[in-house]
Amino acid sequence: MIEAENLCKVFQDKKRGTVRAVDGVSFVCKPGEIYGLLGANGAGKTTTLRMLSTILEPTDGTARVAGFDIMKDAQKVRANIGFLSTATALYGRLSAYEMVQYFGRLHGLDEATVDQRIDALFARLEMNEFRDRRCDKLSTGMKQKTSIARTLIHNPQVMIFDEPTLGLDVMAARTIVQFIRECRDQGKTVIFSTHVMSEVEKLCDHIGIIHGGRLLAEGTLADLRQRSGLHDLEDIFVQAVEPHMAKETVA
Amino acid sequence: MSKSNILTVYRKELTDSLRDRRTLISMVVVPLLIFPVMSIGIGTFVGKMVLKAQAEVPTIMIINGENSPRIVADLKSDKEIQVVPTEPDYKQQIIDKKIRAAVDVPSDFDASLDHENNVGVSIYDYDGDLKSGIAAEKIEKHFDALQIATVKKRLVSRNLPPALVEPFSVKRQNVAPPEKVTGAAIGGFLPYFIIILCLVGAQYPAIDLTAGEKERGTIETILTSPVPRTEIVLGKFLMVLTAALCTGVLAIISMSTSFHIAKVVLSSSPEVGKALNFTIGLKAVAAVFIMVVPIAVLFSAGLLAIALMAKSYKEAQSYIAPLTILVVLPAVAGLLPGVEFNARMALVPILSTSLVCKEIVAGTYHWNYIAIIFGSTCVYAAAALFVAVSLFKREDVLFRT
Repeated sequence: MIEAENLCKVFQDKKRGTVRAVDGVSFVCKPGEIYGLLGANGAGKTTTLRMLSTILEPTDGTARVAGFDIMKDAQKVRANIGFLSTATALYGRLSAYEMVQYFGRLHGLDEATVDQRIDALFARLEMNEFRDRRCDKLSTGMKQKTSIARTLIHNPQVMIFDEPTLGLDVMAARTIVQFIRECRDQGKTVIFSTHVMSEVEKLCDHIGIIHGGRLLAEGTLADLRQRSGLHDLEDIFVQAVEPHMAKETVA
Repeated sequence: MSKSNILTVYRKELTDSLRDRRTLISMVVVPLLIFPVMSIGIGTFVGKMVLKAQAEVPTIMIINGENSPRIVADLKSDKEIQVVPTEPDYKQQIIDKKIRAAVDVPSDFDASLDHENNVGVSIYDYDGDLKSGIAAEKIEKHFDALQIATVKKRLVSRNLPPALVEPFSVKRQNVAPPEKVTGAAIGGFLPYFIIILCLVGAQYPAIDLTAGEKERGTIETILTSPVPRTEIVLGKFLMVLTAALCTGVLAIISMSTSFHIAKVVLSSSPEVGKALNFTIGLKAVAAVFIMVVPIAVLFSAGLLAIALMAKSYKEAQSYIAPLTILVVLPAVAGLLPGVEFNARMALVPILSTSLVCKEIVAGTYHWNYIAIIFGSTCVYAAAALFVAVSLFKREDVLFRT
């Protein structure tokens, strides 16, 4: 379960001055559901997810992730999440096996459990062919599978995906999308950020439209359609975001 | 704090770094090669150059001396020099290195000698040019010998004993063992090279493990693990320290091996053999290493802190380059003759270590200074480590865009 309450993040930027990257974001994401955070570049998606995974500390507000407060129990939050984004790269000089093994150890698993889980994960993700190959020699698809294995080694309750398909080819992106579905089917809490409408339509049980650091609209796809009177998600997104963009332009 | 987490991070960083060619070069190849290249390679080259210059019979010109055939003939008969016909542009020929030197012998030199008048001789050479200097020395030697012979002749003609002009003789006797004489002279290089090489060895891992990780995007990956940031940075720090110390140890091994080989290879030349006739004791080597440990900690933590501020490998290198000069200067100052301890200097990091290690190599142990220097360097090292740990917890440092 993820419960975000009035999450805020303020940065000081040399050129832009004070920037409110996330401004009062609140939502709930339940186990067995996928929550899609939909927004353009710079909308505040990554900052929100980084706060949920305790990589960044909120300026105000808080969140409970897997039952732990991100401010008070950051370490326990990280022990219960799997975080995957295009920014979470692999160590190029380690093999796929060593990479996953390292994260198993960092999660405090004993060697026998690490080996057992790696065997199971590598078999499931069909990774045995390249298990001893260095990560910098892997194809994009192989790297994605290694990243997936890395996020699953400690069997987390909550999965956080920050634009996981960004820059991937069709086949690699399909692997990720399939993996996200499997996580939901296993009863995990899944939050997923993207700016690709089709992925949201295909995957998400709940959708939050974020812009300028604020959550502008939220609900199931059916809810959003009903409230906007529109069918196409792109039209719904534009309808939600456009008035704010106009205000920003005037300002 | 979990030791197990720190060790897990350390083990991974060690494996990772040992697969990095740049780290391996700076950590292993440079310290192993620098001393053989310097002591045997450059030593042999310079030695051969000096021997060649000494073996050469330099060409010289005699200026004036027209009415002094004795001295001219005397100079011409000296097999150490070769007198060539005089030309008016002798100074330019020395500059152009066509001849090595020239000697201005007054026309009445022979007559002045006979009449026991004082007469001046000038030698022209090219200051700083080895071969010209040797030529001038040979001319000087010739006139020195002539002077002694003339004085002796005059004393004999007056039935006077030689002790009249040489009432006593002075001879300097060295009491220091040969290893200490050379140790004091060249032993200063040992700590200097170890200090510099510790810095070189720590540089690449420090950059790779911080700015390099930012550039490759793995910093965010490690931050999603449940390991606290202090433990992550301590694991990284231990790896950088390992590289620094490993470079230092390899430098010591390489240096001692090189000197041993140099002794064997260059022993054919008695002068070079004499110069190399020294050993640095195991106790001194161990003491130097212990003194260098806090310096290595200071470098490792300092480099980590600086490299953390950068967002890319290149940027980190540009930050660290000026630091190298800051380290080299005090380390070099420790090599200068006449630079000696005082209490204030003992608090200057690097310089103090360089100075005390120079003394240790020469066999002198100032225990009070050693304690102050070791203690103060430990304090600086701890401060640098504290800064590195604090920086690793700052979002604006880790996610600088």
